[in-house]
Amino acid sequence: MNVIVCIKQVPAKIKIEIDPKTSALASGGVDRAINPPDLYALEEGIRIKEKTKGKVTVLTVGPAKADESLKEAIGYGADDAVLLSDPAFEGSDTWATSLVLAKAIRKIGQFDLVLCGKQSIDGETGQVGPMLGEALGVPFVSLVNRIDELGQESIKMMRMSDEGHQLIEMTLPGVITVVKEINVPRIPSLRGLMAAKKAAITVWNARELGIDPATVGMAGSPTRVSRVFFPQRASQGEMLQGDPESQVEQLVERLRQTRAI
Amino acid sequence: MTSDGSGDIWVVTEQRDGRTKAPSIALIGKARKLAGERQSRLTAVCLSQVVEDAAQLAAYGADRVYLLDGPVPDDWNDDAYVKELVDLARREKPDVILATSGSLSSSVIPRMAVALDTGVSPNCISLDFDHQSRMLVQTRPAFGGSLMANVVFPNRRPQIATVRPHAFKKGDPDPSRQGEMIRVDFDRQAVSAKTKLLNVVKDLSGKVRLDEAEVVVCGGRGLGKAENFQMVAELAEVLGAALGTSRPPVDDGWVPYAHQVGQTGKIVSPRLYIACGVAGAPQHLAGMQTSEIIVAINEDPRAPIFEVATYGMVGDLFKIVPLLTKKLREARG
Ligand SMILES: Cc1cc2nc3c(=O)[nH]c(=O)nc-3n(C[C@H](O)[C@H](O)[C@H](O)COP(=O)(O)OP(=O)(O)OC[C@H]3O[C@@H](n4cnc5c(N)ncnc54)[C@H](O)[C@@H]3O)c2cc1C
Ligand SMILES: Nc1ncnc2c1ncn2[C@@H]1O[C@H](COP(=O)(O)O)[C@@H](O)[C@H]1O
Repeated sequence: MNVIVCIKQVPAKIKIEIDPKTSALASGGVDRAINPPDLYALEEGIRIKEKTKGKVTVLTVGPAKADESLKEAIGYGADDAVLLSDPAFEGSDTWATSLVLAKAIRKIGQFDLVLCGKQSIDGETGQVGPMLGEALGVPFVSLVNRIDELGQESIKMMRMSDEGHQLIEMTLPGVITVVKEINVPRIPSLRGLMAAKKAAITVWNARELGIDPATVGMAGSPTRVSRVFFPQRASQGEMLQGDPESQVEQLVERLRQTRAI
Repeated sequence: MTSDGSGDIWVVTEQRDGRTKAPSIALIGKARKLAGERQSRLTAVCLSQVVEDAAQLAAYGADRVYLLDGPVPDDWNDDAYVKELVDLARREKPDVILATSGSLSSSVIPRMAVALDTGVSPNCISLDFDHQSRMLVQTRPAFGGSLMANVVFPNRRPQIATVRPHAFKKGDPDPSRQGEMIRVDFDRQAVSAKTKLLNVVKDLSGKVRLDEAEVVVCGGRGLGKAENFQMVAELAEVLGAALGTSRPPVDDGWVPYAHQVGQTGKIVSPRLYIACGVAGAPQHLAGMQTSEIIVAINEDPRAPIFEVATYGMVGDLFKIVPLLTKKLREARG
């Protein structure tokens, strides 16, 4: 079975500053890592490959240095990695990112299942997965927490719903997003780490993907960030004083006043 | 597509057991204000025809209520929802489509957006019309709420946004407001069955849904062991609150993952969030710091949770929480 896993490289630490002059995000110098929720997608992909004697290809849209995360994915057990990188992709929103991923998957051609993480810790949208499913014109299921049966033509799985869980069957090829409950990611083996070191990462740019630069990046994205700012806390916090009884009394009174209870 | 910025506003609503969920009603109230500002029509879209409170949607501000021939509520048919919404939007060309973040936003809304060749700005906490540019300015938290971003759609329509539950307060209904009820029948057969719901397993571990709750009581590792969660569950019970947790209790198997709040769990924004024995790691704050009122109970006065707390209580949670539960229970009578 041919599995594709989409991973994103994100800042390892959430520490951000706004450049006061340009009001652009200054995130230089921070360590970068695979988006943690994507490790569950990667692990599930590798398990499927092991079970079906298939292949896992990881994809990422990002700058040149995102190849480190792809190498890391090979360390975990992915077979192939493709970096989708082009200055034209910079500033892409989730729509444009999923368009680039869809083009790459079409170029790869043969695939049975595409796995994405639940969301990225910097973008926090959880939308690239469903958008990619639609862009590829294949079925999509979100928030999968267990795969029960994997056949040639279809997959049966549990997904989290508002009310609990749902057992769903989906025809293949298709796209799913997975949640943390689905597995416990492995630790890369020594052999994996060696492979990662030697791995050659394929890079595809806009031209190689057949993408018109005007349709992606800042220019091609439907949404645009017009301003970023630090949130203002409505009020300074108050530390309630006294023994537990009096603290509780003060709290209940304040909550009543603000009509929170 | 109207370019003068006066086009229709849609709110895609969510129902359960035939009744509209509170966050959808609050969103209709907000959309009413936006519609009033620029004299546009407000349409509430229901993905089912079995909506008992459809008239309420008009009372809260909808000029029209679309009742789509959807499967019974609680059922799952994302493929059908996407197709019906896309068909309808292609026909009517709304200028703005809004929905609450939640189950619809993990699948139906982003898929609909791609089919309509437009984007989504997710998890917004505020929406405003910019009268000069005639665009909807959508404010959303990023980087775990430590930063806010204004998002606009310079040239694609519709402008689609999902909003966090409780980002807007529920307005007051005006029972004299009448709305037009429109049933839309779709040809069920036309939807190809690439996905099929085989079974539903209801979650019994909490009566109140975490991401819809107006009040969340959260227990962290400070509770020490699984049995002690009973204490926070009781507090939640008196408050009619949902039960949340930080990650360690989930990792240790004390509480199911569905209750985890934070970067790798659920993002909540209730009116009241009570954190008991939670340190306030950035990954936890990412999931709750936009809550309106935050109460923190922690024995360590330097715990970072106090930096975001509206009311901080330094002390032993094993003393404070039962006292608080008792006091609230007495008040209820
Ligand atoms: C990639 C990644 C993703 C993560 N995602 C999440 C996430 O989604 N959600 C999340 O919550 N965490 C997440 N974490 C974990 C996070 O970093 C913290 O480890 C976690 O939030 C800590 O949980 P805690 O505050 O309950 O536990 P602790 O850090 O152990 O804090 C317990 C607190 O309880 C207090 N306490 C102890 N006993 C008492 C008492 N008797 N009375 C009062 N107070 C008491 C202590 O003073 C302490 O402050 C993530 C971590 C990583 C690396
Ligand atoms: N730049 C990217 N390259 C590859 N995959 C991505 C990228 N951005 C997001 N994804 C995938 O989409 C998921 C959801 O991301 P997001 O929509 O940003 O929250 C992630 O968990 C990844 O699996």
